[in-house]
Amino acid sequence: MSISIEQRRQHRLMTIEKSLAKRHRKENAFRRMGLLAVVTGMTLVAILFVSILMRGVPAFWQATFYTDVYFDPEVIQLEPKPERERGESQFDFNERYSQWLTRAGLVNWQTLIDNALEEALGEEVEPRQLRDLRALVTSGERYALRDRFIEDPSLLGQTVELKMLASANVDVWLKGNISRDLPDARQQLSAQTRGWADQLEEQGVIRNAFSTSLFLNTDSRSSLASAGLAGAFMGSLFMMIVVIALSVPLGVSSAIYLEEFAPKNRLTDLIEININNLAAVPSIVFGLLGASIFIGYLRLPLSAPLVGGLVLTLMTLPTIIIATRASLRSIPPSIRQAALGIGASRVQTVFHHVLPLALPGILTGSILGVAQALGETAPLLLIGMNAFVANVPGTPLEQSTALPVQIYLWQGNELRNFFEARTSAAIIVLLGLMLSLNALAIWLRKKFETRW
Amino acid sequence: MSNLALIATLLVMMALAYHLGLTRSRAVAAEHDVRMHSRPGYYGVLVALWCGLPALAIFLLWSFLAPQLIDMLVTQQLPADLVAGLSDRELQTVLRRVTALADGRGVAGGGSPEELDAAAHMARLQTIENFSLVALMAVLVVVGLIVARRRISPNWRARNQVERVIMVALAASSAVAIFTTIGIVLSMLGEALKFFSFISPVEFFFGTTWNPRFSTSGSSNQGEFGLLPLLWGTMMVSIIALLVAIPVGLMTAIYMAEYAPPWLRNVAKPVIEILAGIPTIVYGFFALIVVGPFLSSLGDLIGINIRTTSALTAGLVMGIMIIPFVSSLSDDIITQVPKSLRDGALGLGATKSETIRQVVLPAALPGIVGAFLLAASRAIGETMIVVLAAGNNPVLHANPFEAVSTITVTIVNQLTGDMDFASPQSLVAFALGLTLFVITLGLNVIALVVVRKYRQQYE
Repeated sequence: MSISIEQRRQHRLMTIEKSLAKRHRKENAFRRMGLLAVVTGMTLVAILFVSILMRGVPAFWQATFYTDVYFDPEVIQLEPKPERERGESQFDFNERYSQWLTRAGLVNWQTLIDNALEEALGEEVEPRQLRDLRALVTSGERYALRDRFIEDPSLLGQTVELKMLASANVDVWLKGNISRDLPDARQQLSAQTRGWADQLEEQGVIRNAFSTSLFLNTDSRSSLASAGLAGAFMGSLFMMIVVIALSVPLGVSSAIYLEEFAPKNRLTDLIEININNLAAVPSIVFGLLGASIFIGYLRLPLSAPLVGGLVLTLMTLPTIIIATRASLRSIPPSIRQAALGIGASRVQTVFHHVLPLALPGILTGSILGVAQALGETAPLLLIGMNAFVANVPGTPLEQSTALPVQIYLWQGNELRNFFEARTSAAIIVLLGLMLSLNALAIWLRKKFETRW
Repeated sequence: MSNLALIATLLVMMALAYHLGLTRSRAVAAEHDVRMHSRPGYYGVLVALWCGLPALAIFLLWSFLAPQLIDMLVTQQLPADLVAGLSDRELQTVLRRVTALADGRGVAGGGSPEELDAAAHMARLQTIENFSLVALMAVLVVVGLIVARRRISPNWRARNQVERVIMVALAASSAVAIFTTIGIVLSMLGEALKFFSFISPVEFFFGTTWNPRFSTSGSSNQGEFGLLPLLWGTMMVSIIALLVAIPVGLMTAIYMAEYAPPWLRNVAKPVIEILAGIPTIVYGFFALIVVGPFLSSLGDLIGINIRTTSALTAGLVMGIMIIPFVSSLSDDIITQVPKSLRDGALGLGATKSETIRQVVLPAALPGIVGAFLLAASRAIGETMIVVLAAGNNPVLHANPFEAVSTITVTIVNQLTGDMDFASPQSLVAFALGLTLFVITLGLNVIALVVVRKYRQQYE
């Protein structure tokens, strides 16, 4: 007895159906794995952004005193601000004025703040508690008070409502970034100061207000609560100016030569391979190059945005060259042939016809290159841009830091529970700048995209 | 005249020359009643170039040579007893003091009478130099202008000459890339050789201890510079990073290229591009404050001791950083596989995933391997994430939950702070940099060759 043909057919069909089901299961599993990968990637990114936003956004609001400050004539014993008299030479006036400024600097401005705080607390503070009292307001405010008075001496004897930043430790305490259950020895503030801070917050003297200090001030070591990004921002700006002024013209003309004019020979091949390799050289190697050639050999100043800009230029150049070449290559040959056909020279063809059409792509590539340079940190550490700089650089040759380097410096600050938030805020600023550059590039590409 | 003002004046003169050339060519055309060889603008540009280029060349040459000449003259004039017995370096110091005095910046403690004399001499020389430069440039500008303007005639092939200058400028700028590479290689080789005069290469490349100590003036206390712990740390972090990035990145690329509906592609692609642009310092900070503590508490939960800053933390975050890199490279390569291959497989009844696994991926394999190599070279050269999150512990061990140190971290550590290019402690940074450069260069070259071969296969 043999199995009937019908049975055999049934059997085969079942095998196929079984294997088909298995194959479809595999298919679905594979597809789900792909989706999982995409979702994983996106989730990781979302976690990154959310965690930085959650830490950073609160740092834009800082504990701020709203108090009446009395410009007490007994404390500010200062003659009126000198005016230039008739017949007085500019030199004499400057002399007199700078003497006055020196005396203004010697006034004990802290006393004004102490008095204002006493007033707000409604109690007499004993001399031995002065230390606790002074821990409330960040130390930079007394200089702000001085500058305000120098600007407007008519404040003498008046009472003005002022906003003053609380010290970093008070900010941490009031925001709950340090546990309230810690024993006194491990707290950053004395019990007295903590009590006062709570009391003032209850009275509404200390409010959590949006603070511009992050944007307008420079880095500071003594007055941490008012440390800002202004100096680093200017440093980055100078560097970007250098990068744009050098790498865009150099990169674009280099790409034009290689793509449109260069003869196909060994040398051109070498340059091509070389550029592709440079694009993948680790950024820190460019830092070493800068340290040895610009600093060590050419003796350019350490920590100068000019040197940083030069290093970043060399680093960005390959990116811009590659982007420009891709953009030039995407212009169809028919354009060139048409131009050449009616008698344009090769240079005219490229500059009058090909380049304008390739411009959106070149622009996009350049913006992306500059954005990349803006966020680069490692090479700058090697040319000394991680120095502490307390003023805004006025020229590209002055000492300066850069935004990403400032982030690096802040994340290492010992006052972790204050600077974790401040660093995140700085990152938000940097990411904001970079993302807007990127968005601009994508928008430009979408707007001018041509399909040939 | 300051250099800036000089260049500005030159530019103004060139603009003027352009205008003169333009009007002159028109006048010539009208006068002879003929067609000129080139359009008027070219004559203008050519006259401007004749006027500006020689002066500019002299200016550059001058600013390079004149300071050296002045230094030489001043040195000769220095009293013999002051110079006698000074080393080159000390002489440099004296010259720098004199320069500071001559510039009116002054030096600490004021200069000695000899120095003041020399400074006065230098200031005189500088005035002469400055005046002669301005005079020379003025002569060149005027002569160039007159000669070029005279030469304007219907037969002067202005366009061809202008284009030749443009070509030279274009070629010169493409040489910058070459000079950058030469600069990298030479500077690192030079400093690395200096380092190898302190420490033998064998000791450096095969040493298993990294303990550079602090730089001291005496050379007796040199410390140990063994590369292996750093190399191992680098490998460990990079391998962890690739273990994260390759599966996720490759699957993302496959899904994007083969399955994703167009709307998802349109959304996800720019997002991925933006991700690739996030600065590495941000990833480093993320690793330090989020991933590290998370892994550490996870370890407590399952009873493993994971340090907050460890090879695992750094590797994981670095992996996240490379995902977009891997996925966009692989995406490009997968979409390049010809449609006919896919259609053939699907026509035989293969499912989509079977087509991908058994036809598309094998066909794209060389390119994908190239992408992985590029990703690896990126991981090896990455700096900020490991500086922040790897813990800086240059010891040979195989535990990924412990802190490690990498080549890049050590370069940063050895070269920040004071810059002293004489001690092995900072020179070692260049030896490390050279090692890093050679490793990444090797990976890149292999990757490029592989990718190029793959491209040719389907073009």
